[in-house]
Amino acid sequence: MAADDVWILGIEMTKFGKHPDKDTVDLAAEAAMGALSDAGVTMKDMGVLAAGNLMGAGAPIGQMLQKQIGQTGIPVYNVSNACATGATALRTAIMAIKAGECDFGLAVGVEKLAGAGLLAGGSAKSDANTWEPKGRYGAVAGVDGRIGTQTMPGVFAQIGMEYGHKYGGTTFELFAKISEKNHAHSTLNPKAAYQKRFTLEEIMGDVMIAYPNTRPMCSANCDGAAAAVVVSGAKLKTLDPDQQRRAIKVAASVLTSDPYDEACQVLPNVNTLTRRGAQQAYDQSGVSPEDLDLVELHDCFATAELVHYDNLMLCPEGGAVDFFQSGATWRDGKTPVNVSGGLESKGHPIAATGIANIWEVCQHLRGEAGDRQIENARVGLAHVIGLGSACGVHILEKAAA
Amino acid sequence: MASKQIPLVDYLALDDGDPHLVAHECVSCGARFFDRRNACASCFATEFVSEPVATTGELKAFTIVSLAAPGIPVPFVAAVIDCDGTSVSANVINTEPDPEHVTLGMKVRLATYPIGTDDEGTEAIGFGFEPIN
Repeated sequence: MAADDVWILGIEMTKFGKHPDKDTVDLAAEAAMGALSDAGVTMKDMGVLAAGNLMGAGAPIGQMLQKQIGQTGIPVYNVSNACATGATALRTAIMAIKAGECDFGLAVGVEKLAGAGLLAGGSAKSDANTWEPKGRYGAVAGVDGRIGTQTMPGVFAQIGMEYGHKYGGTTFELFAKISEKNHAHSTLNPKAAYQKRFTLEEIMGDVMIAYPNTRPMCSANCDGAAAAVVVSGAKLKTLDPDQQRRAIKVAASVLTSDPYDEACQVLPNVNTLTRRGAQQAYDQSGVSPEDLDLVELHDCFATAELVHYDNLMLCPEGGAVDFFQSGATWRDGKTPVNVSGGLESKGHPIAATGIANIWEVCQHLRGEAGDRQIENARVGLAHVIGLGSACGVHILEKAAA
Repeated sequence: MASKQIPLVDYLALDDGDPHLVAHECVSCGARFFDRRNACASCFATEFVSEPVATTGELKAFTIVSLAAPGIPVPFVAAVIDCDGTSVSANVINTEPDPEHVTLGMKVRLATYPIGTDDEGTEAIGFGFEPIN
């Protein structure tokens, strides 16, 4: 293990779902204590804390967590980066270690979202008695619903349809089949918010939210937290053999934002920054897409999963439909994708997601994934995207035995 | 027709019955924006001119929204229209909001419609794109 590598020493996620008796601090503490215990260290060892809670981004979740589990005066970074918040927190802790500021860091993401409705475009602006231009576009009345949609299911529906327009082959049924896969995978994950298998007919016949996304094809709002302890390669060498054996190498940690693109001015382009992030991650790690034993990618909607097969270069450009239809992304396929059940069934407590997907990959690389273990998994990739946009890509490798 | 009209947004020019959208175009690289920018997001130049956007285009992405905030009538078709190289966000209007009537690649043109008249008698005008039959 090279001294300048960074490793995940301990990692934990809470069960995702409804936690009416726990607040964000309770959930963050449960994940953080679990990660510390998994790592075999305590808050006393931590040199940096990075924490995210998107819905409470005005409150210092990191400091609130310290009061709950241990205050030592270390630097705290409260981060907010839409759905990439968790990955951003993790990367912040990794950067502090890479900068040589400390040997151990803790990253935490937490969200309370159970029962939340549409997360954007969730309130209609009532029209005034006199038309008066307001805001950046001089709008005299509410524009959501009059000039396109601001709802996430609608935005991501268009992103999937745009792929279909460019390459062909997308149908309502195809997108529903992606959801069918992820819900089937979830039945093996006891930490998933929903573990219900749906038939294709049930998925297609469910409530339409934004064509072609029906309700089960949308990510599930829920409560949850995830946390990771990261350590420098130099320090890891001094730890005991069992800690070294279970440590997972962060072979690549990448964060990208949108480069200029003509169309991203009106519809988010989740493709370019994901492709760039993936390319950087493959270059950093020396891993190629064919090497990946499993992938957890940001299936906030079934329409999104399809485009990311292509963006992460799991298939040839334009080949995502054929790739999916080959069965490659089912858990017994060539490149299993979202064996956790994905955000559609595992759930999507926003700031927790970017660490929870890394927890899932680590479980498999450690051979500790139980019934859903992908046998002999050695390399995995975790991807998240936050609209705006921010894309996090991490490539993780099992320690050499 | 009401005596006075006002567009729903400032980038809709009503222009005496010849409505069209207007973009701020970067003088240096031609990138277009519907809102104000201090510098071009593409090339960082700082000079912009107003340019009319083509009023016909092709549907390159759409969704049919069935669940929206209270008060927003559903279903409606939200779409991205490629207007001769400029991407425009708009609803598809004057057709049935279903996948039989709305298809990827269909040709559409700008259309306006009244949103309502305020207490001072001014009529607000919205826009969408309708199929070219």
